[in-house]
Amino acid sequence: MARRILPGLPLSLGITLVYVAVIVVLPLGALIFKAASLGPADYWTIVSSDRAVASYRVTLLCAAAATAFNLVFGMALAWVIVRYRFPGRRFVDALVDLPFALPTAVAGIALTTLFASNGWFGGALSALGIKVAYTPIGIIIAMAFTSLPFIVRTVQPVLEELDGALEEAAQTLGASDGEIFRRVLLPQLLPAILAGLSLSFARSLGEFGAIIFIAGNQPYETEITALLAFIRLEEYDYPASAAIASIMLLAAFLMLAVTNILQTRALRYTVKG
Amino acid sequence: MKIRLDKIVKTFDTFRAVHGVSLDIGSGELVALLGPSGSGKTTILRMVAGLEYPDEGAIFFGEENATDIEVRHRGVGFVFQHYALFPHMTIGENIAFGMKVSKTRRSAAEIADRVADLLRLVQLDGLKDRFPAQISGGQRQRVALARALAVDPKVLLLDEPFGALDANVRRDLRRWLRKIHEELGITTLFVTHDQAEALDLADRVVILDKGRIVQTGTPEEVCRAPENAFVMNFLGDANRLKATVTAGRASVNEVLFDATGVPDGAAELFFRPADVIWREDGAGIPAVLLRVIDRPDSKRILAVTADGQHVEFDTAPEFPFRPQSRGTLEILRPKVFAAAF
Repeated sequence: MARRILPGLPLSLGITLVYVAVIVVLPLGALIFKAASLGPADYWTIVSSDRAVASYRVTLLCAAAATAFNLVFGMALAWVIVRYRFPGRRFVDALVDLPFALPTAVAGIALTTLFASNGWFGGALSALGIKVAYTPIGIIIAMAFTSLPFIVRTVQPVLEELDGALEEAAQTLGASDGEIFRRVLLPQLLPAILAGLSLSFARSLGEFGAIIFIAGNQPYETEITALLAFIRLEEYDYPASAAIASIMLLAAFLMLAVTNILQTRALRYTVKG
Repeated sequence: MKIRLDKIVKTFDTFRAVHGVSLDIGSGELVALLGPSGSGKTTILRMVAGLEYPDEGAIFFGEENATDIEVRHRGVGFVFQHYALFPHMTIGENIAFGMKVSKTRRSAAEIADRVADLLRLVQLDGLKDRFPAQISGGQRQRVALARALAVDPKVLLLDEPFGALDANVRRDLRRWLRKIHEELGITTLFVTHDQAEALDLADRVVILDKGRIVQTGTPEEVCRAPENAFVMNFLGDANRLKATVTAGRASVNEVLFDATGVPDGAAELFFRPADVIWREDGAGIPAVLLRVIDRPDSKRILAVTADGQHVEFDTAPEFPFRPQSRGTLEILRPKVFAAAF
C-alpha cells in the first residue's frame, strides 16, 4: 500500500462524515420527512397558496435586487481596497466584516431606527417622498447589509493575485481602460464573482432577523418566506412550516447547482492537458 | 523606426534608477541592454514602451517626440518577462487581442488569417485552441512574441525574453529570434542580464551599471576592447591583480605591462583565464599551483602569485598538474585600468 504523507485518513474521514450527517443531513432530512407527512395534495395547497407565492415573490425579487446592488458596490469596494493606498484603508477593510459579526437582529433594529420616517435617513427620504421602512425597499436594504461581505471577500483575494503585467500587456496592444476591464479583468474575476453572488443571494434568501424589524411584515406585501414558515411554526402547524421551508431548501439547492455549473465553465481555461 | 533617448532620468521615490542615459538605435537594429539587476535596464525598456515616464529627458521615435505618448498609442510590441499571456483566452485569442481592440476595423476572417500567419511564423500551427496553461514555457514565449507582432509594432521590446527557460531551449530560441528579426527587420531592443545571450543575439550591446551606460559597441568591440573594469568583469571570468602604474607602465611583481593612458598610481591588471601561459621557468609573474578543477574541454588551474594574489587559468586537459609546483605566468592580452575605489 502506498504510504500516505499524513496519517489518519480513516479517523479524519470518519469524524467529518459523522459531523456532516449529524449537523447538516439529519435536520434537513427531518424537515423533508415532516413535509412528506402531508399528502401530495395538501402539500401542493400549502406551497401554492396565494400568501406563500406572494412571499416567494417578495423574497426572490428583494434578494435579487440586494445581490445586484452588492455586486456593483462590493466590486467597487474590493477594487478600492486592493488597488489604492489611502489613510484608513485597513479600517475600511475591517468594517467590511461587520455585518458578519453583528447579530442580525441588532442590524435590523438599527436599520429600522435609521430608516423609520422619524429617523436620520428616513426623515430626509420621506421629505423626497420615498418610504423605506415597512416597504420592500427596507427588505432590500436589510438583505444588502447582511450579505455585503460575500462579494467583497470572494473577489478581493483574486483581485490581489492578478498579475499587473496582464493589464500592461493589454495596454501595449492598444486596449482602452474599458476594454481591459471587460476583456482581461472581468473574465478572470468571473468565477469569484459568481461564488460571491451565489453566497450573497443565498444569504439574502435565508435572512430573517434583520428583515422582520424593518419589513413591516404585511402578508402579500412585505412578508418573506422565512417569516411565513416561522408563523406556521408559531401556530404549531409543523407540517405546513416544513413544506414552506422545503421550497426554500429546493431554491437554495437549485441556485448552488447553477452556480457550480457556471463556475466550472468560467474556469475551463485552467484545466491542463 | 529609429529610436533616440536623450538624457533620460528616472527616480523611484528616493532611488535614482536611471541617470541621464542617451542612446541612438538605428532602424532595424537589434540592440541588447545588458547589465546586472538594479542597473536600470528594465526601467529604460519600460520608458521606451511608455509603461513608465522619464522624470527628465526625451524619447524620440524617428523624428517624433514620443515622450508623452500613452503606451496604447505608442505602437510598440512588448514581450514581458513572464509572457503575461491572458490565461482565460486561447492561444489564437491571445494573438488576436491587439487586432480586436484596434481602432482599425478588421473582419473576423482577416483576423483569423493573420493569426494563422503568425502561428506559422512562430511555428505553433495547431496550437490555436489551447490555453496558455496547456503549453510549455518555450511555446508561451513564442505566443507572446506573435501577440506583440500582431499589431505591426514600430518597435519590438523584450524584457529578459529567455530568462525563465531551460538552457537548451534558450539557445534554440535565441537563434530563432535572430532569424525572425532578419526576416522582419523590425527595430528591436531587449533586456538581459546574461552576457552570452546579449553577445549571441545582438548587433550592438549597451552595457549598463547603476543607471549609467558604461560601454556601447558591437559584441566584438565590447569583448576585445572593454573600456573599464566593470565591462571586463561583467562579460566573463577575469583575473584581477593589483598593479602600480608609473609613466604608462604597470608593474606587477616587478613584471611590466603596457598601460598607455592610465594615470600614475594604484591600478588593476585584468586578464581572462584563457590568456595565460604557464612555464616551469622563464619570464613572467612567479606563482605556485594550488588546485585543479576538471572541465569537459579544459582544466582550470588555481594558483597563487609570489605576493599572495589568487589567479585562475585554463589549460589543455593534458596539463600535468602537480600541486605546489613552481613556475611563472605569462599573461596575454592584459588590460590595465585605474583602481576603483
